[in-house]
Amino acid sequence: MKTPLTWLKEYVDIDIPIEDLARRMTLAGLEVEEIRYVGYPLPDAAQRREAKVSGFAWGPDEIVVGAIHEVMPHPDADRLVLCKLDDGEKMHTVLTGAPNLFPYKGAGELDPPLKVAYAREGATVIDAYSESAEMEYTSIQRKKIRGVDSYSMACSEKELGISDEHEGIILLDADAPTGVPLVDYIGDIVFDIAITPNFARDANIIGVAREVAAITGAELRCPDLTIPQEGASIQGKVEVEITDPALNPRFCLGLIENAVIQPSPYKVRLRLNLCGVRAINALVDATNYAMLELGEPLHAFDYDILQKRAQNDGAEVPTIITRSAKAGEKLVTLDGEERTLDDFTILVTDQTGPLALAGVMGGADSEINDETANVLLEGAAWNMINTRRTVMAQSLPSEAAYRFSRGVHPALAPQGVMRGLRLMQEWAGGTVAQGLVDEYPNPPHDPTVEITPQNVRRWLGIDLSAEEIAGILESLEFECETPPQSPPRIAAKTPAHRLDIGTGVVGKADLMEEIARVYGYDRVPETRMADALPPQRGNHDLDIEEKLRDMLASLGLQEVINHRLTSPENEARRFPAGEAPEEAYSELVNPISPERSVLRRSLLSSVLNTVESNYRIQDRIAIFEIGPVFLPHEGEELPVEASRLALAITGPRTLPDWGGAVAGEMDFYDLKGLLETALGGLHLGKVRYVGGKNPTFHPGKCADVYLGEGKIGSFGELHPLVRENYDLPGTPLLAAEFNLSAIITAVPALFDVSPIPNQPPVFEDLAIVIDEDIPSEKVAALIRQTGGKILTDLRLFDVYRGDQVGEGKKSLAYSLVYVHPERTLTDKDVLKIRKSIIYRVERELGGKLRD
Amino acid sequence: MLEKLEQIKKTALTALTGIEGEEALNKWKTTHLGRSSAIMDAFKSMGSISKEDRGIMGRTANQVKLALQAALDEKKDALHQAAIQHALQEEKIDVTLPGYAIPRGRLHPATQTLREIYRVFADMGFQIYRSREVETDEYNFQLLNFPPHHPAREMQDSFYVASDADRGDNPILMRTHTSPGQIHAMRELTAEAPDNPPPVRIILPGMCYRYEQVSTRYESQFTQVEGLAVGKDITFSDLKGTLSDFARRMFGQDVASRFRASHFPFTEPSAEMDIECFLCGGAGCQVCKHSGWLEILGCGMVHPNVLSNGGYDPERYTGFAFGMGPERITMLRHHIEDIRYFWANDMRFLEQF
Repeated sequence: MKTPLTWLKEYVDIDIPIEDLARRMTLAGLEVEEIRYVGYPLPDAAQRREAKVSGFAWGPDEIVVGAIHEVMPHPDADRLVLCKLDDGEKMHTVLTGAPNLFPYKGAGELDPPLKVAYAREGATVIDAYSESAEMEYTSIQRKKIRGVDSYSMACSEKELGISDEHEGIILLDADAPTGVPLVDYIGDIVFDIAITPNFARDANIIGVAREVAAITGAELRCPDLTIPQEGASIQGKVEVEITDPALNPRFCLGLIENAVIQPSPYKVRLRLNLCGVRAINALVDATNYAMLELGEPLHAFDYDILQKRAQNDGAEVPTIITRSAKAGEKLVTLDGEERTLDDFTILVTDQTGPLALAGVMGGADSEINDETANVLLEGAAWNMINTRRTVMAQSLPSEAAYRFSRGVHPALAPQGVMRGLRLMQEWAGGTVAQGLVDEYPNPPHDPTVEITPQNVRRWLGIDLSAEEIAGILESLEFECETPPQSPPRIAAKTPAHRLDIGTGVVGKADLMEEIARVYGYDRVPETRMADALPPQRGNHDLDIEEKLRDMLASLGLQEVINHRLTSPENEARRFPAGEAPEEAYSELVNPISPERSVLRRSLLSSVLNTVESNYRIQDRIAIFEIGPVFLPHEGEELPVEASRLALAITGPRTLPDWGGAVAGEMDFYDLKGLLETALGGLHLGKVRYVGGKNPTFHPGKCADVYLGEGKIGSFGELHPLVRENYDLPGTPLLAAEFNLSAIITAVPALFDVSPIPNQPPVFEDLAIVIDEDIPSEKVAALIRQTGGKILTDLRLFDVYRGDQVGEGKKSLAYSLVYVHPERTLTDKDVLKIRKSIIYRVERELGGKLRD
Repeated sequence: MLEKLEQIKKTALTALTGIEGEEALNKWKTTHLGRSSAIMDAFKSMGSISKEDRGIMGRTANQVKLALQAALDEKKDALHQAAIQHALQEEKIDVTLPGYAIPRGRLHPATQTLREIYRVFADMGFQIYRSREVETDEYNFQLLNFPPHHPAREMQDSFYVASDADRGDNPILMRTHTSPGQIHAMRELTAEAPDNPPPVRIILPGMCYRYEQVSTRYESQFTQVEGLAVGKDITFSDLKGTLSDFARRMFGQDVASRFRASHFPFTEPSAEMDIECFLCGGAGCQVCKHSGWLEILGCGMVHPNVLSNGGYDPERYTGFAFGMGPERITMLRHHIEDIRYFWANDMRFLEQF
């Protein structure tokens, strides 16, 4: 909401500095996003300031109101004219090519003279011819143009930073005082205020002025709504019929006759322009001006057109009917678009058909045109939800729709019409008909809310007396009564311009906001909660999750977090082409792009994407991600959000450095080692790794991980056919995906720690030769079982295949540590165990001790 | 004889001075202190010396032997020292060469910031509550006092999730904020004790989604941390105190904060909290757009309708809620100018944390 200071000052006195005002408005909820200085000097750029600052300053001695007394042809240039201009000090000859002076060329002495924005020699203006995107300035120098001495100029709006208009020069109103600094005459400061939905009532000058009055303690002046109604009565000239008061609580019409289509005064056009509204003609400008001022959007109909339509239909006078549209009904709006309507759209029609999209935009057939003389002016109230839905469905934002879709109090309707008629008469002449046609079937209830100082204490933590509370609310035009009783209470009646105050406890909360805002959030003290602490419960799942994150990071893995929106095609890449199973996805109805059209099902797919996007940057990648996947579930409206852990590693085992350590590429056992360490670190208990089948992984390099009987995840080397689906390097890529909830559930709350043995350990190495097909885990299990409790550690330190052990065989070399808790072990003890291990290896696994 | 002993000592010590290696020293030891050395021969010949001379001769021979032994030890030590010195010289390296690279794992910056926030609020008794990311319109909006077609919904454009049934005004969507968790949490607590539910003090972290065209400033997914405190004695001044404490812990002990009136449907009164810009100290810079303030979080007193929807009687309970964006905080602290870095997972970004 762009708010010119000069306009604001018509309704409230402001005697604090601009930046202070901006700060106080911002703190009170009217956030000033930008302050635009139109003609006034900008604040020091180096200083801290409340909002973004823009604008262009006009030198008060250099840029003044000038009066052109005569426009003369240039002796040898058709496109230039010479002006006899009075700048309040003396007459000048000013050269210009402005086409809007050509009509006056050779017309002799002008009476009244034309008032212009005159820049004297040396003045700085904006370079209107600069092609640069940045604003560039130029200083006016004396030079000869086509033989004529030129040292000053009459300015366009662009040259003064008012608008981009550079077709002609500014022609000020006739009463502009010659010689006065231009900034004193039309300079302004425009606050751009962000209006939050609950402040919709303030999307107008009076609304902002009311807030300023409340926070500065100044008096709010009300606009003059009286007008000389000299015409005949409006009664009998138009009928109004509201079919659904819930959609249209109020509908007012006023009439002005014999107005003249002409431009509004320059000052009006300038204000509209500064508010971001294009000036059209005095009649249309009056509707916009009144709306910006009061917040009541108005719509102007050409009365004669309505009259003609009624008479063609055999009626005496037009009847305005408001109703909901029929689905599929059509209307051409005044932007020339033919619109197909929905049944929630509210229409203003007459006997013969639709005239306007109520509260949003008028129709092309009945709008103000160059011939219009008699204007029927509508001010109404519309259901905000229907308006909002229409705006959305038609993608048709407008100033009117903006306000009606946030709620406009019906009390404003006649005020808007009266103000609009007055402005029309002022700027376009004509006679205002007596009275209004005012249908008001559905007045809103303006709630009265009772609050007490104790309420304020309980909500805000501040102590205010009943009088102080009433004072604050009255500054916002609440009508307050404080009956003399104990404990004191205030009954505050909501003023008839706002719809945001509820009843009961909601109304109380609404008033708390008003009290806190006007009192000043900055004056509320800071306290620490004295309320009881709730029972402390902790968050076990998150604790474990965070522990796992720490563990994986400490193992050298980088945490990543991917987008959770993906596409089925992307996720299908984790299977060999043609082998992707049919999977049900939670799909977005309104995706931004096909690449992000569904909720992911696979976290593995996410980490593979990350590897793919990074491997060109570095060849060693080791990452993990923790997060949900979304699994639609038959019969459930919401997908199951299952917690997952995924890992991916690829590239050299160590980082490249000058030491030249050659450690090779990471393989299956690197990932397995990471998993063993991480899961071991959670004291998960008995984790089993079993050869697995998973189409994503190499069939011979894939394992499933079991915890008891339940599978908790799988991992392996990426299948070569899957690799082909990605843009990936040739090195093995190892990846894993786990069901994180299953891991978290299995983490024990407590775990036991064994005592440090007092007895010396005995170390022994043992190499076993067995068939290649026998998994090493079987050998290890056999050794562990045979060794029993005194075998405290078993580690595989070598796997050998080759001539020394023969074809189809492998040698597994283990180092064993024996410790007896109570006594020192003898060679005999150890030999006994060794013998039984060898015996069982031979009998049960068909292996033998390697010589 | 005495002269001879003196001669033996002199010869041996002279020979010792030239020795530079361990091997030569061992040889010297054999030659001058070994079984067939001159001094040992002297001991052996003691029997042939007259009784009266034997005493002095014996003592003198012993002194020579001890002197040679001492000289040997000293030499040995000197040689050892010299060898070490030599080795130290030899082993000198270029300490300016870089150390061997060790792969280091890190947590994602979003996780790091979330944890800092958790820690500060945990100290104030706030526990962590997480809830689902796919929600119904009812939980994401309606129960939070955003009726259907409420204008404030415009600020939170949603991704809708397809469903088989026509759900009318209650479609399924990706949560646009973590606030649905407020209702879930309150309802869990009120289910246990409907008449006198316990106070609430939780923070709600998690991923949220909004229908945004992705740019350097907007992402379609972002993390959020909300907080909720509900009790029988919680005021707007408590809200100010708690969040100012948070700001001081998070951004520095001296950081000033201010509260501006704002609007959120689920709180009333509502506020935005700014902290004094920690980059320029409030003097005004590009990041704070010369205002000296950085917008950090939105907050307010819980709206009575939200309390009611959670099962808490707004006539007896009050509360406050707040919400902030960890990515924004991370961006401000580290001068990050592109929010898309967070989920793009470029190692060159992640490895700087």
